[in-house]
Amino acid sequence: MLAHFSNIITVFLMVAGLFIIIARGNLIKKLIGLSLFQTSVYLLYITPGKLIGGTAPIISPQYTVYSNPLPHVLILTAIVVGVATLALGLALAVRIREAYGSIEEDEILERDHGVEAEEAKEARS
Amino acid sequence: MSLAQHLPALQVVLPLISAPLAVLSRRAGLAFLIVTAAAWTAFAIAIALWLQVDLSGPVSYPIGNWEPPWGIEYRLDRLNSFMLVLVSGMAAVVLPYSRASIEREIPQESHYLFYAMLGLCLTGLLGMSITGDAFNLFVFLEISSLSTYVLIAMGRDRRALTAAYQYLIMGSIGATFIVIGIGFLYLMTGTLNLADMVDRVARIENSRPGLAALAFITVGVSLKVALAPLHQWLPNAYTYAPSSVSAFLAATATKVALYALIRFYFTVFGDAFLFEKLPLPKMMLVLSLFAMFFANFIAIFQDNLKRLFAYSSIGQIGYITLGLSFDSIDGVAASIMHLFNHGVAKGAIFLLVGAIVARLTTRQSAPPAPGFDRIAGLARSMPWTCFGIVIGGLSLIGVPGTAGFISKWYLVLAAVDKGQWWLVGAILFSSLLAVAYVWRFVEAAYFRAPPAGREAFGEASLSLLIPAWLLVGATVWFGIDTSFTVGSAIEAAQQLVHNHK
Repeated sequence: MLAHFSNIITVFLMVAGLFIIIARGNLIKKLIGLSLFQTSVYLLYITPGKLIGGTAPIISPQYTVYSNPLPHVLILTAIVVGVATLALGLALAVRIREAYGSIEEDEILERDHGVEAEEAKEARS
Repeated sequence: MSLAQHLPALQVVLPLISAPLAVLSRRAGLAFLIVTAAAWTAFAIAIALWLQVDLSGPVSYPIGNWEPPWGIEYRLDRLNSFMLVLVSGMAAVVLPYSRASIEREIPQESHYLFYAMLGLCLTGLLGMSITGDAFNLFVFLEISSLSTYVLIAMGRDRRALTAAYQYLIMGSIGATFIVIGIGFLYLMTGTLNLADMVDRVARIENSRPGLAALAFITVGVSLKVALAPLHQWLPNAYTYAPSSVSAFLAATATKVALYALIRFYFTVFGDAFLFEKLPLPKMMLVLSLFAMFFANFIAIFQDNLKRLFAYSSIGQIGYITLGLSFDSIDGVAASIMHLFNHGVAKGAIFLLVGAIVARLTTRQSAPPAPGFDRIAGLARSMPWTCFGIVIGGLSLIGVPGTAGFISKWYLVLAAVDKGQWWLVGAILFSSLLAVAYVWRFVEAAYFRAPPAGREAFGEASLSLLIPAWLLVGATVWFGIDTSFTVGSAIEAAQQLVHNHK
């Protein structure tokens, strides 16, 4: 159980993030869920890279066990991608709030359906 | 090293540099010139690389001279050199069209940003096609996705914003699934180089992490492919995006994701394992049939032309995955052909629908939805536009003389080869659904009287018509001279399918 400690946390964060995206109708909360979901993947990559007793990967005669640096590099890129996604998502949420006056998914859908009904009426007349 | 050896890097780097330059220029005209020049150069490079692969086999390019598998490798074979030609060719056609098309769709002050985003999107799609590194593939996927969200949000209708947001959420979930899958593969094999992974994956693919990696990658890529029932983001995104963006995305974005699916299935995991030991062929068959019938059926009842053709795209993706599920050289070749032929035909259609939207738009109002009532009798005032859409539609149906016929013909051959006669019936019957929605357009545009009170307007301007008709011409051309498409697709399939029986 304890050996899989990091994996359990990873999976918990992953599922919690996905759940928030699906269950919440608030656009900002959805983005928080998305961030949580993406962050869990950072853990998935980084934790196996660390070896207990391993040191930084600088070759030296004193050490024989090194941690794997590659996951860190990969995740640095993934973090940048995550930040960009979050920034863009928030920017879209701001624009949606300007256009609709709401960031609740059901209210936005309601307003769109109103517009579509009007369009259909207009097309028939 | 001479310049010619660096073509694989330049293929991606030139569009990448064009984007920040376009932002720095801050002027629509200059930004347009920079990005268009980059796209045309990329198209020329893609053709040069295709010829190089044609002459001397696969090309490997170590980025920064770090030898693979340690460094990132760009690897070109039959399949992705073909994809590069499609993606860069579409960009080269769509960009000149954009100049006139976005005039009324996007506020003047953000035109230069539009070109920068299109340049970035092109970079991402080209990078996804050319790279031989799993993590690099994810990074390019995100570059193309993020710029796509911005491009969709630039549509004038406020629903473009919600469409972009919805796509952002679903696309990011898909991309994260792909990273999780790649992460599992990396944990198990210790390599990210796709070619290097092949042998090592063969040893672990039956293990639980191997299967989990396969599942995550399948779901993640299918989201980007918009394989039904994961297509929810697509109709709104294509409907409310600016016209040139709809055309570019329909022709390239889902196609490159399909390429990624083919790459992971056939190169990394290997078809011998996937299609023999797992129930994957049956699953793909069911999903493909679902897409072919369900999406084509929904398309018939759409009132907005853009949404109609968006649903038609989801249906056409079904044919492509159907070909993959056969796991035979004919089937995979049919998929690769259809990927190209459908991209060209659907690109043409969306460009021409965009021309209609541009004509219907007045200077003050937002672009109206191209509904069937609005386009009634349009063929009298816009004969070239409507005729082009009809030819594109014929290719969607698969009428002989158009590109769509060739790929559907190979698909039918592959089905017969497998002894699946009922599938031949399914392919034909679902094509009849396509007849129905194309006929709806023909009926409205050619046989209905124009609504009274609509002010007369002429044919679309030449700057919109010429790029669109280039693609219409290509649709007919690849229906008659098939040496490029069929030749490339069959050779690519021979490299991919190892499961000779």
